[in-house]
Amino acid sequence: MKLRDMTELAVRNLREAILRNSLTTLGVAVGVASLVAMLSLGVGLQQLATSRLSKSGLFDSIFVTPKTNLRGPGAGPPATRAAAPKARPLNEEAREELTKLPNVIEVYPQIRFFTEVRFDGKPYATMVAGMPESSKASGSFDGMQGNFFSSTTADEAILQTEFAKELNAQTVSLIGKELVLRYAERQALAAQPGESNEGGGFSVVPQEKHLRIIGVVDTEPASGFGGFGSGRLLIPLLVAETLRAAQVNDLRDVLRGTSGDKPAYVSLTVRVKSPSLVDATEAKIKNMGFGAFSLLDASKSLRIFFSVFDLLLGIFGSLALAVATLGIVNTLVMAILERRREIGVLKALGAADSDVKQLFFVEAGVMGLAGGALGVFFGWLIGQALTLGTNIYLKRQDLPGVQISAVPWWLIGGAIGFAVLVSLMAGLYPASRAAKLNPVDALRYE
Amino acid sequence: MTPTTVLHLQSAFQLEHACRHYKMGETSIRAVDDVSLTVPSGEFLALLGSSGSGKSTLLNLMAGLDRPTSGSIVAAGRNLAELSSLELARYRRETVGMVFQSFNLLPRMTLEENVELPLRLAEVERNDRAARVREALEHVRLTKRMGHRPSELSGGEQQRTAIARALVNRPKTLLADEPTGNLDSATGEAILTLLREIQGNLGMTIVMVTHERPLAEQFADRLATMGDGKLLSTAATATAAGRAAEARQ
Repeated sequence: MKLRDMTELAVRNLREAILRNSLTTLGVAVGVASLVAMLSLGVGLQQLATSRLSKSGLFDSIFVTPKTNLRGPGAGPPATRAAAPKARPLNEEAREELTKLPNVIEVYPQIRFFTEVRFDGKPYATMVAGMPESSKASGSFDGMQGNFFSSTTADEAILQTEFAKELNAQTVSLIGKELVLRYAERQALAAQPGESNEGGGFSVVPQEKHLRIIGVVDTEPASGFGGFGSGRLLIPLLVAETLRAAQVNDLRDVLRGTSGDKPAYVSLTVRVKSPSLVDATEAKIKNMGFGAFSLLDASKSLRIFFSVFDLLLGIFGSLALAVATLGIVNTLVMAILERRREIGVLKALGAADSDVKQLFFVEAGVMGLAGGALGVFFGWLIGQALTLGTNIYLKRQDLPGVQISAVPWWLIGGAIGFAVLVSLMAGLYPASRAAKLNPVDALRYE
Repeated sequence: MTPTTVLHLQSAFQLEHACRHYKMGETSIRAVDDVSLTVPSGEFLALLGSSGSGKSTLLNLMAGLDRPTSGSIVAAGRNLAELSSLELARYRRETVGMVFQSFNLLPRMTLEENVELPLRLAEVERNDRAARVREALEHVRLTKRMGHRPSELSGGEQQRTAIARALVNRPKTLLADEPTGNLDSATGEAILTLLREIQGNLGMTIVMVTHERPLAEQFADRLATMGDGKLLSTAATATAAGRAAEARQ
């Protein structure tokens, strides 16, 4: 029999015992719903964790530092120490070289300096941090008061809430106002006749910069490993770079003789296209003579954790589905008893054993398909309810809302496919039992 | 071509020492015991006998619903005893049509759907099905009741529907197991008149199991009487003799 005819007959048969078959289908739906709800929770939590982490730039970033030759006691005799090669400076030239590496999206320095801000005629000491344009995507600026920087070179500032409160308790009123950044500009000393400036010193010149406050944000986005010591006043990275503010490493570079007329960076953050490219790029950077490290291993552990977590959730979710399959077996075995004579008629009219088997198989499959589709919908509903409940709780705790469940396409397709597969397996025994019925006995059955 | 092959081609059924024995505990029941019988193409044969004589078992063997324990049953040139279950299903689908005492229509299907069922099994194209169903229903004069369910029809109409269902795949042979058993005598006679008419129009072979000798004598060409699983006698009916005389004139 053709599949279309078979399906029509199967659906017709299922409609005949509508209540019993609906209940069986509902059983499958509940099983699939529990599976989908569990897995959507796992997927949702994984997405929540990984999106926060990937937005933070921790897993697609490599943190590059100059290769320091720190040697502790017993590291070798002074003669050996003297022979140690001079560390390669992490300067503009190095930055350009890093930018040209394949798969690198951006290379930006960590610029942070402690300085004084004047607002409303009063001085405030604070930490200034340069923010790359990409930090906007980190999610930390979501829900901020005001706006993100209008351009990469705008003389604008975003204040961290705690600092903003020091300036004015009504933080919103600060937006649009101006503050003055007082900082020490690092200027290279002119080279003396007969001397190269390499390894020379620099002078520090006090400067001022007027900045307009355009926003207030709760926390500074994690901007890599260099982000120790939170910035309380955030300015565009390009603006921070043009300030040429003296940083903590400048003095060290002078002492080491690595200071040049151009500033060297404490560290550079190299972002690559995807976490999978981190390893290869990190190796290349190390070959260039810099120190480099990444947090990719932590990301791998996270993925392993969530895989195991999903597996466990899937197993628990599948238990209800396993019970539902028993329902299918029961329903179909009952159907064989009820339709014994009908099976005999079908065989007398020329149905092969395989036709009868397939008919019961399709009936099981249709129940699986309907139960699967319904179950995905129920599972999605449960996920939404859990998210809603969690968000109500979080809101009461004054925390931002999150989406803790997610039903991706693969889960929808996988769950329905799994339900159909399990139903077909449940239909195996009844179908083969129906196919084996002796037509003469079946026709005699009252 | 050997004489046996010629005989096979001319006969709808050729039974040689066909047996169907059952085991019930230690006892062996000989439901059909060494039956040899030839049914020529186009004949209307009535199988007569008391209850338990083995006539229905013999019909089931001829229908390919059951297999002989020994012996051979050659139909349409093939020994049914040697066919696989798949080939037997095909034989039931294409070569024979069956009519039962209790009609065996599927109650949830309309008359039209019941008649269409063998076409689904034979994988006949959907476009051709409506015409085939109508043709079969025209033979039994039931085209006006196509949308009705079996429960809405009389016994005679239900049996006519079952006959239409048996005819829809245009088989060469019609096998009827007590087709008038559940009907009153007038309706039973009408059904047999219809069968006779169909046999004449379509040139079909009909093998009918019945215990109503008068009806069998009135409509069948030949009577085969069974008892205790054995074929006791075969005899041409007066009807057949009359028809032969008519033909000679």
